[in-house]
Amino acid sequence: MLTYVIRRLLMAIPTLIFISLIIFLLLDLAPGDPTSQLPLTIPDEVRQQIRESLGLGQPVHIRYWKWLTQMVYYEPAYYLSQATGWFDPPEVARMLSWQTRAPVMDIILERLPQTLRVVGLAYVVGVLIALPIGIISAYRQYSVFDQAGTFVSMIGYSIPPFFSGVLMIVIFSVGMPRDSFWWFPSVYDTTLKVVDWETFWKQVRQMVLPVMVLALQTTAQISRFMRASMLDNLGQDYVRTARAKGLTESVVVMKHVLRNSMIPVVTVIALGVPAIFGGAIITEQIFKVNGIGQFLIISIQASDVPSVQTLTFIFAVLIVLFNLIADVLYGILDPRIRYD
Amino acid sequence: MFDAPATSRKLVEIRDLKMHFPIYKGVFRTRAGAVKAVDGVSFDIYEGETLGLVGESGCGKSTCGRAILRLYDITEGSILMDGVEIGPTPQARLRGMRPKMQMVFQDPQASLNPRMTVQAIIQEPLDEHTTLSAAEKREKVLELMDAVGLNRRFAGRYPHAFSGGQRQRIGIARALALNPRFIVCDEPIAALDVSIQAQVVNLLEDLQRDFGLTYLFISHDLSMVRHIATRVAVMYLGKVVELAGREPLYAEPLHPYTQALLSAVPEADPAMHDDARRIILRGDVPSPANPPQGCNFCTRCPRVMEICRQIDPEYRELRPGRFVACHLYNDDPTTAGATAAPSEATEPQQGE
Repeated sequence: MLTYVIRRLLMAIPTLIFISLIIFLLLDLAPGDPTSQLPLTIPDEVRQQIRESLGLGQPVHIRYWKWLTQMVYYEPAYYLSQATGWFDPPEVARMLSWQTRAPVMDIILERLPQTLRVVGLAYVVGVLIALPIGIISAYRQYSVFDQAGTFVSMIGYSIPPFFSGVLMIVIFSVGMPRDSFWWFPSVYDTTLKVVDWETFWKQVRQMVLPVMVLALQTTAQISRFMRASMLDNLGQDYVRTARAKGLTESVVVMKHVLRNSMIPVVTVIALGVPAIFGGAIITEQIFKVNGIGQFLIISIQASDVPSVQTLTFIFAVLIVLFNLIADVLYGILDPRIRYD
Repeated sequence: MFDAPATSRKLVEIRDLKMHFPIYKGVFRTRAGAVKAVDGVSFDIYEGETLGLVGESGCGKSTCGRAILRLYDITEGSILMDGVEIGPTPQARLRGMRPKMQMVFQDPQASLNPRMTVQAIIQEPLDEHTTLSAAEKREKVLELMDAVGLNRRFAGRYPHAFSGGQRQRIGIARALALNPRFIVCDEPIAALDVSIQAQVVNLLEDLQRDFGLTYLFISHDLSMVRHIATRVAVMYLGKVVELAGREPLYAEPLHPYTQALLSAVPEADPAMHDDARRIILRGDVPSPANPPQGCNFCTRCPRVMEICRQIDPEYRELRPGRFVACHLYNDDPTTAGATAAPSEATEPQQGE
């Protein structure tokens, strides 16, 4: 297993270098200009100077090399030196966002907690709701519960968050009376600091709506997977064997069926984790969560190429990493699979 | 019957067993009929014997075996297991009786949980039904592995690491774990190649001798049934058409279906092979959802008569121990008395 992981990690290096090249070239080819947001009164020569000061005057391969080394070497080295103090920070300028002139990595690290809190919690909630729904739906196939679960999943799949999010706001922020328990804020206050029970409660309440909107989608997906996987296994011969052994129904379902059914579901759950770090572009916009997704969209709007490149590359790293984790989990859960 | 020898005590008595699977159709999933997989089957299984159950694919053999063990909720009928009626018993109450009746399944690949080691598979019934200590259970598992000819060192392995024959041995050890008295062998050799088939059948025979087991041996392999069975029941489209001791059945099959079935057994001797008189059945087996009126076999029977298309022949005891359901034998005056006699009032014919 260890040699397999090491081999996969080594193989990930050329993959990621290739991905970084594609990302860089695509964004380089994309239309848009970092000075387009500036007032029209600025003359063209000044704009040209601004572009050159941002490093755009250099040939593409030089810029690519600088960006790559900055991202995979200098930035991590900077944080390592900050955190441990073992060595001096590298004497290279930080990679700056073109829109804010602040280091890109700092902005990302600032925003990551918001995203992880809201999107991550939504994922956990979604999975926790989805698993029992999937199990019961499969065990009582075509029952009223199953039909209702299918209906909710269909809604979760088919209604995009820009609709369900606004709908939630209309119902719970606008429609509800302000003093009702069922009133929830539509704006996520990033500046809120949890210091006591009151602020904690406030934090919980402001997370409710975005988490609900995102969890609906996760629930829809995972519960369908769980149901399909359970149905697949419920019909297997070894389940009949387990019943013939005279085991109780709960042992048959929880031990035999569920444990086998979890194999593909765990993989799907693991593969969904990078999306948490990616944030939820639309949902974060709707509820004003200053997370990664929102950062990505404003960076795109401002032609902030370094930020977009860095974010996209981080997603790529996470996706490659969690693919590996999913494969390793698969190997651990399924004794038929051996990585040697 | 009371003075019958102890060895031929009835262990399982099945009366008019029916297993119908509903068919749902249309927009509202209304019930449109039923697949009559087992449609009124009655026979007894005597202690210590092997009852062979033969018939072509889809005739309801496996369903019958599973229904007897109540792995299904049966539609109708009575199953007396060692004197206890288990036909209508709810599944939860059956659990306590499962140790006495076990099953060896057809597909040794699919019937073992791929995520459990051999040790865990064989031990699980012990966890559920006994109060042995962990060490005792472990020892018992190893003994069972010895009994079925598996190397003790393999206890920690998973089923996928074994060959088909070895997996079937695991399945047999699993079935034996709770010292059952009655085992349904549901085509235990169908998924194995011929050299392994013989090993497994010999193993089953050895275990029967050592543990005093009673088998219901379901198979479509007529020569294998001839080898292992004491008596043989022939099924066609959800019904038993003939039941007799092994020798009389193979020597003188009465029912036209049995005759056709036995004539299809390949003859090894080339000279005999050339003048083998095969009875070739025409047409397909009717759908068990929509069986023909009258005798189920009337659509393909080479000796079909007018009455066969109207009245379903009664399954009755033609001679002691010799049951058949066919109109050909119904007008025979010598058997008129046997027709009227209730079938349980007879000695079992052991056939040898």
